[in-house]
Amino acid sequence: MECVFGLLGDGFALVAADTSAVHSILVHKSNEDKVMILDSHKLLGASGEAGDRVQFTEYIQKNVHLYEFRNGIPLATAAAANFTRGELALALRKNPYFVNILLAGYDKDIGPSLYYIDYIATLHKVDKGAFGYGSYFALSMMDRHYHSGMSLEDAIDLVDKCIIEIRSRLVVAPPNFVIKIVDKDGAREYAWRESIKDAGVSAA
Amino acid sequence: MSEVLARLDLVRMRKVTRAATKHGTKQMARYDRAITVFSPDGHLFQVEYALEAVRKGNAAVGVRGTDTIVLGVEKKSTPKLQDSRSVRKIVSLDTHIALACAGLKADARVLINRARIECQSHRLTVEDPVTVEYITRYIAGLQQKYTQSGGVRPFGLSTLIVGFDPYTGVPALYQTDPSGTFSAWKANATGRNSNSMREFLEKNYKETSGQETVKLAIRALLENIEIAVMTKEHGLRQLEEAEIDAIVAEIEAEKAAAEAAKKAPSRDT
Repeated sequence: MECVFGLLGDGFALVAADTSAVHSILVHKSNEDKVMILDSHKLLGASGEAGDRVQFTEYIQKNVHLYEFRNGIPLATAAAANFTRGELALALRKNPYFVNILLAGYDKDIGPSLYYIDYIATLHKVDKGAFGYGSYFALSMMDRHYHSGMSLEDAIDLVDKCIIEIRSRLVVAPPNFVIKIVDKDGAREYAWRESIKDAGVSAA
Repeated sequence: MSEVLARLDLVRMRKVTRAATKHGTKQMARYDRAITVFSPDGHLFQVEYALEAVRKGNAAVGVRGTDTIVLGVEKKSTPKLQDSRSVRKIVSLDTHIALACAGLKADARVLINRARIECQSHRLTVEDPVTVEYITRYIAGLQQKYTQSGGVRPFGLSTLIVGFDPYTGVPALYQTDPSGTFSAWKANATGRNSNSMREFLEKNYKETSGQETVKLAIRALLENIEIAVMTKEHGLRQLEEAEIDAIVAEIEAEKAAAEAAKKAPSRDT
């Protein structure tokens, strides 16, 4: 089952997501990147209906870029979150997107921020959040160990703790995860946590 | 955000036509007649008048080098109380495409907005950045549409569009005009005094790179100017006043040296 979770640290925000692409009983691939780099200082971790996830997040990304070209400055994280939520709300009563989103961003005078946006267009500004069956374990782990202003090592350690819980306690646990970070230097990939590498074609 | 990209542009078009039919059909009939019609000797006068508007606009010059493309525009003396930073005459359409224009600046805003939307829309639908030729063709197509529609007038501007091909890295410079024609250039000028600037470029153009390309563009303009330089690595960069002044000083020094060299031999004879 898909899982996305994230938390705020001291001057940074982390978003982690599983990397499995599943259709019924088949695993299409186990290195699907579900945390999109929205712009230079924003991350969008999304989970849900596969087609909706890609279509909706790309649509948001292009409109965020369009804003930046039109106005000469990038969209603030709060504004991007509200725009995303608004688009979900518009579609909700007609043609809803089944996508759950954690939007993390860094603004120069505000610092890092994290927004919880679920598929029925709920918007919350949070310190930590999670989606999917894995959220039961991730949120419990974070409730126990999280405190505001964590250092990067402590935050990564907490993310690893969550991943271990998910791997060991969830019956159809995703094997691999990607962790991305956003801070004053921008949004970038931090690490992968792989327990199964996509196997190459075996020799006959 | 007033206009957002729809996943399919069709969604946006449908919204537009619904709004248009709100106005009564009688009003529509009054504005249906074309403003741009053929004259008996085959001219489209509205288009030619639009070109006149371009000729009165501020000069813009573009020079293509091997690894650098330069756009420059003449800055009319800014009123003392005006915030000059709010008047940007060279704009980015995408991370790798820039545009400068001569003519009606209000028309430019509309065209630039449509081009920016098209750049993102293209990225959304085909997951690829636009090529310079594609976006030029799009803008030119838009300009042509307004020479063949009811109740509208042509856009009163010519554009200079520059950029690097996203795959081959080859630099390109294109020009469009109110009639909707476009072509690629090594160097070109449009707007006021464009003929003399083009003559200058024809005489002095050679393959240049880096600062030499910037110098060539500045020499063509050489008055109150705004210059922006596009490179593959750094995208579009506006030059600071100090930098422009430094280059102008270099150019003046070179001119003076050339003058002195011309006079010197005659003294020996």
